Amino acid sequence: MSDTKLDDPRQSNRTLLVKLGVVVVVMFGFGFALVPFYDQICKATGLRDIDNPDRLENSQVDRTRTVRLEFDANVHKLSWTFRPLAQVVSVHPGEMAQVVYEVENRTERPMTGQAVPSYGPQLAAEYFKKLDCFCFAKQSFGPHERRQMPVVFVIDPRLPRDVNTISLSYTFFEVEGN
Amino acid sequence: MSSIPHDHAAGHHVDHDHAHHPSGTMRWITTTNHKDIGTLYLWFSFIMFLAGGVMALAIRAELFQPGLQLVEPEFFNQLNTVHGLVMIFGAIMPAAVGFANWQVPLMIGAPDMAFARMNNWSFWLLPFAAVLLLSSFVVPGGAASAGWTLYPPLSVQTGMGMDLTIFAVHIMGASSIMGSINIITTILNMRAPGMTMMKMPLFVWTWLITAYLLIAVMPVLAGAVTMLLTDRHFGTSFFNAAGGGDPVMFQHIFWFFGHPEVYIMILPSFGIVSTIIPAFARKPLFGYASMVYATASIAILSFLVWAHHMFTVGMPAAGQVFFMYVTMLIAVPTAVKVFNWVATMWKGSMTFETPMLFAIGFIFMFTVGGFTGLVLALVPVDIVLHDTYYVVAHFHYVLVAGSLFAFFGGIYYWLPKWCGRMYDETLGEWHFWTSFVFFNITFFPMHFLGLAGMPRRVPDYATQFTDWNEVASIGAFGFGLSQLIFLYAVLKAIRSGPPAPAKPWEGSDTLEWTLPSPAPYHTFENPPQVS
Repeated sequence: MSDTKLDDPRQSNRTLLVKLGVVVVVMFGFGFALVPFYDQICKATGLRDIDNPDRLENSQVDRTRTVRLEFDANVHKLSWTFRPLAQVVSVHPGEMAQVVYEVENRTERPMTGQAVPSYGPQLAAEYFKKLDCFCFAKQSFGPHERRQMPVVFVIDPRLPRDVNTISLSYTFFEVEGN
Repeated sequence: MSSIPHDHAAGHHVDHDHAHHPSGTMRWITTTNHKDIGTLYLWFSFIMFLAGGVMALAIRAELFQPGLQLVEPEFFNQLNTVHGLVMIFGAIMPAAVGFANWQVPLMIGAPDMAFARMNNWSFWLLPFAAVLLLSSFVVPGGAASAGWTLYPPLSVQTGMGMDLTIFAVHIMGASSIMGSINIITTILNMRAPGMTMMKMPLFVWTWLITAYLLIAVMPVLAGAVTMLLTDRHFGTSFFNAAGGGDPVMFQHIFWFFGHPEVYIMILPSFGIVSTIIPAFARKPLFGYASMVYATASIAILSFLVWAHHMFTVGMPAAGQVFFMYVTMLIAVPTAVKVFNWVATMWKGSMTFETPMLFAIGFIFMFTVGGFTGLVLALVPVDIVLHDTYYVVAHFHYVLVAGSLFAFFGGIYYWLPKWCGRMYDETLGEWHFWTSFVFFNITFFPMHFLGLAGMPRRVPDYATQFTDWNEVASIGAFGFGLSQLIFLYAVLKAIRSGPPAPAKPWEGSDTLEWTLPSPAPYHTFENPPQVS
């Protein structure tokens, strides 16, 4: 092929159009490829690891201080009752503890939900080590089923000393079931 | 034959003998002529600029005093959002394409754009998208109100105004992509013999690089808003934590587009300034090669800095530090450009007609905006200033006193070539000085407001912020009124300006000035010889 630009300008224009069009399509695919890419980076860095139990390195109980824990429960567009059995609990950092939440599906149909935790202050997330939690998995409920579910946790003793109160708030969202 | 004066900048110079050439409305609907299409883009962008400007004045009117006097908060958020979308996608970007359409073929000695019919479609998609976007104000729920950045979860929850916005963004993106393919092909394939790449005018270089940025990142925006659409209506959970997604991921995808986007908005203006300064300093551009390399460096680096819009999302410090360093690095090639413009003026023989006033104003105020950008690049500072009025000040300095001022300069510079008539220099200078003064009155105090802690996107504010808000609102109305001087100046020039010579600017040296004024409908059908 020895068509020079001067011999066949329309062909070279068309060739470039196709090449640039391929770039456009590839970049559109790249945008969607960012989705699994983002997941892989989150896994590789260990950031946003919210559905696995935490590992606890230091289990020395620090009896010189207590931390007040307040528990909150919300539903997002769900006809469920969702409440903590204890509103407030005091623990020593390093001491394993358990709280129980109760959920009732008040509708006539089976439903599945996912609880998402949120912490106040935000930095407390790093120190609230959950060893077992109903928020690690989707929870399925039959019609009018009521269940109590635990959260087993330890407050990391490295929690900064000026943090005396931590709020743990869960919100249940409806999701497709397994 | 005489030029037929009418509302469009392209004169009717009878060098063509099309018996079948349509006239009137059909001419404008079916045109494949780059000059006509450039004119269409520029008028469209000006109309959208006025529409976005009215929204800005409504915002500033509400913010004149604390308390809620004029609008409901939900409507205020709609004004904020649509003001941003209209100015970015309806004013700045189409204006830049209008300049490209008029000037790129003329400056490289080409007869027209590579794909003349696709060029027509690229333009006519835009008014359709604008209608979709603006009509979202009157649908149930009103217009999109999540900010122009459309962050979820809010953007996934709002009413159908958001869907109209998403469709408008898709359409405008398609228009930009097609236009960019056209521009790249034209520049790479259709230069006159003898015009090597390193002999192209810098405006052509900046548009070549801008067009590559556009085809790289507009598809990513299309993907992001498509994900919003499917999250809203088709049961996906890209950004829904409950479904395994993540709202922060939207920010990453959006800003991967969004940061190159701001360079897309400024690079053509760099090219315009690089054209005007040498012409009015009567001295060649200093450091042509380094200007080309600096522009390319800015474009490449722009892909690596997106998360500086996200320093407060909970990113680990290592990430923040990386993005901070690379963001600061972009200041280096940018500074090269500023130094080269100043060096061009050094020992030049300068006059200060309106285009030069806007170009010099650009250099000063884009530099101010660039400095505040450097301030915001510093992570510990940004933690405090993020989402405050300091950010609003920064981007209005670079986009309005930067990009828009360069466009004004370009219009005054090239209007004689486009319509064959000179504008009134007194009017042009009035436009410049009133715009310059009122722009600074409006936006300089916003630095103080941001440093004092006033958040952005709020319809009401704590009373300690009142004084500077009053000043800014007065400035805003002044700036808005100043643009009417521009409209009057342009219309007066087109209708009754004195005939312009082929080369009204003594120091200009690019190919378009070898043509008569107004430029004939068809030019360079035989390519010129470039030495």
